[in-house]
Amino acid sequence: MTLSVVFAILFYAAALLLIGGLARKIMVYSRTPAPLKIPTTPAPTTKSGVVWRMTKEVTVFQSLFKSNKWIWLFGWVFHVALALVLLRHLRYFQEPVWTVVTLIQPFGKYAAFAMLIGLGGLWARRFLVDRVRYITNLSDHLMLALLVAIGLSGLGIKYLAHTDIVALKTYMLGLLYFDLQPLPSDGFVLLHLSLVIILMVIFPISKLLHVPGLFFMPTRNQVDNPREVRHTAGWTAE
Amino acid sequence: MAADFDTPELFNNIEIIDTPKYEADTMAHSSPYVAKAVHNEKLGFPGELVDNWEQKAVSRLGELVDGSRALRTFLDSCVKCGACTDKCHYYLGTKDPKNMPVARQDLLRSIYRRYYTVSGKYFPKLVGARDMDKSVLDEWYSYFHQCSQCRRCSVFCPYGIDTAEISMAARDIMDTVGKGQKYCNEILGKLQTVGNNLGLPKPALLDTLEGLEEEVEEDTGVAVKYPLDVKGADVLLITPSADFFAEPHIDGLIGYGKVFHQAGISWTLSSYASEAANFSMFIGSGDNLKKVAQRIRDAAEELGVKRIIVGECGHAWRVAYSFWNTLIGPFDFLDPRYPAPQHIVEFTYDLIQRGALNLDKEANDHRRITFHDSCNVARASRMGNIPGGQFILPRALIKASANHFFDMAPETIHENTFCCGGGGGLLTDDLLELRIKGAMPRMQALKQVVDEHNVNSMVAICAICKAQFNKALPAYQFPMDMITSLHQVVGDAIQLGTKD
Ligand code: SF4
Ligand code: SF4
Repeated sequence: MTLSVVFAILFYAAALLLIGGLARKIMVYSRTPAPLKIPTTPAPTTKSGVVWRMTKEVTVFQSLFKSNKWIWLFGWVFHVALALVLLRHLRYFQEPVWTVVTLIQPFGKYAAFAMLIGLGGLWARRFLVDRVRYITNLSDHLMLALLVAIGLSGLGIKYLAHTDIVALKTYMLGLLYFDLQPLPSDGFVLLHLSLVIILMVIFPISKLLHVPGLFFMPTRNQVDNPREVRHTAGWTAE
Repeated sequence: MAADFDTPELFNNIEIIDTPKYEADTMAHSSPYVAKAVHNEKLGFPGELVDNWEQKAVSRLGELVDGSRALRTFLDSCVKCGACTDKCHYYLGTKDPKNMPVARQDLLRSIYRRYYTVSGKYFPKLVGARDMDKSVLDEWYSYFHQCSQCRRCSVFCPYGIDTAEISMAARDIMDTVGKGQKYCNEILGKLQTVGNNLGLPKPALLDTLEGLEEEVEEDTGVAVKYPLDVKGADVLLITPSADFFAEPHIDGLIGYGKVFHQAGISWTLSSYASEAANFSMFIGSGDNLKKVAQRIRDAAEELGVKRIIVGECGHAWRVAYSFWNTLIGPFDFLDPRYPAPQHIVEFTYDLIQRGALNLDKEANDHRRITFHDSCNVARASRMGNIPGGQFILPRALIKASANHFFDMAPETIHENTFCCGGGGGLLTDDLLELRIKGAMPRMQALKQVVDEHNVNSMVAICAICKAQFNKALPAYQFPMDMITSLHQVVGDAIQLGTKD
């Protein structure tokens, strides 16, 4: 039971840091002015055009596709697989489970492997491509190591040492409803959860900020209409 | 120092540019002359490196990040994916890994991390954070003056991270602590005292323009006017001062005059604002950007014109198109039927659409033409009213004026265009090695159309590109006079006297 309490506390703390940290960053981003118009052209001349441009960037990584097919392939596979895996995990937090979440279960299983393949490719580039090796920091390796370890420990729960998944779900729902339940204390489960907690904590202070950052990039989200609409912000508004 | 390097070789059978393996520090020795105290002070910066410059630099960085959403998101969000590493012409030409856009950003990011992020404060080694010290400043001075702010990296980054913005910020910080770059700051000073970058006073301008009138009349038998300070003219033309004296720029100016003449539109230049270029952008100085731009609004109001048209200059067009309305607008005193400001290419294009110009394409039959998209036009501005109009309109002008046109490889034109190697305030002899090496990718693409189509003329619409190619072309064994102004091609095709 001590373990259940310890993990409950860690989860709550991590969730606070994650949500609070991201909310703070998003607030800072939205409050920081963009004094001059700097869209990278050819840029859309209407708002709906910008929405379409961003949609393509977020869903199919359009610019990355243009720049490097290998990074695109591994990066895109990783992100899509991650999205599937996350959706699949929703079933541990819901009762009843949404139909969509039930429907993607079969794909979700394979997604974990796809995610690891994507990560493996990205990591390999950090060793094999001299330019990418040059720009890599220790933290970039650690980030990949963390994600790979999360994936592997997750697979460990599924294929190596099954846990009492019903009890685990009861514990998770208990966290959501502030009604503490016992946590199945299997090795892979504890490892998996600990690593996820670490990820949650470092999210708002790491390069994972590219997730909210992407939506705030003036080069991508500004409408190319400086002659038609006068833009002022920050020092240009004074 | 200038001659002491090897010009990169162009390959014979390579269609696209090969990415080299990196060689550390090949360009560590390259940095421009430092500005003298007088030049810094004129622009409102301290004359020399101030005491306590470390703290001041760090706090200026903080101010800039607080004032720019771009800088803030750019510094936070890079994932080190590497997609930009092979996109910079300076990396391709010099092999110096610090010329990879992400590595260039990291020179600044390492300081941002150290002083403004949790990870950098507590785990500097882990995230590559560094203390601000002399070696950092020297590295900044060297490598932030090896970026032409061409924005090619921003096209290819999955988030649009724009190293140009980072270079501008770094140069602003260096100016703020008293380490300015001679070339840019001296030129900005001349602009403020005389009215243009070259320091040409009004009598010299008048002289040049009268000379042009005589020359054109001798050549064509038609009295084309090149007016200065004419009150009540319809159009104020703002053009880079290189157009008043250098080759091939001046042929472009001759061309503008012929267009205005045949269209019968009254126009004037201004001796007070005889310069389109605004080098304040290169040094990232908002105050100077606004001050320099304001001259143009003042001149337009003083002369009582109805339209402002900008000549062939890349970054000037970026500043005009993207920033003028913000900095010195609104332009409610101008004729609302025309975009304010308008580019000379848009202006000429409209005239052609309306049949207002008689063009004889055969006059350009000796030219086999390719077009160099200038970075600031291609990736930072627009022409006409559709996205990408800046690619379509200049080519339409060439095709309307000449029979032989050949584009370079698609991965080297339009928004993918390669910088001439001399933009961003680097067009100075103390950076010649960098300029020549940085021109390699453009030269490689040019070689392909020369080999395949016997191209003998490369048209450009940027004064800096034209001046840079004057040096770069001979270095790669191309004839120097290959570089041509777009409005020279148009001007040569105009049949003067047929519309009067
Ligand atoms: S802006 Fe241009 S010169 Fe500067 S790093 Fe990017 S690609 Fe290189
Ligand atoms: S492409 Fe963008 S995210 Fe990737 S390394 Fe370059 S700057 Fe960073």
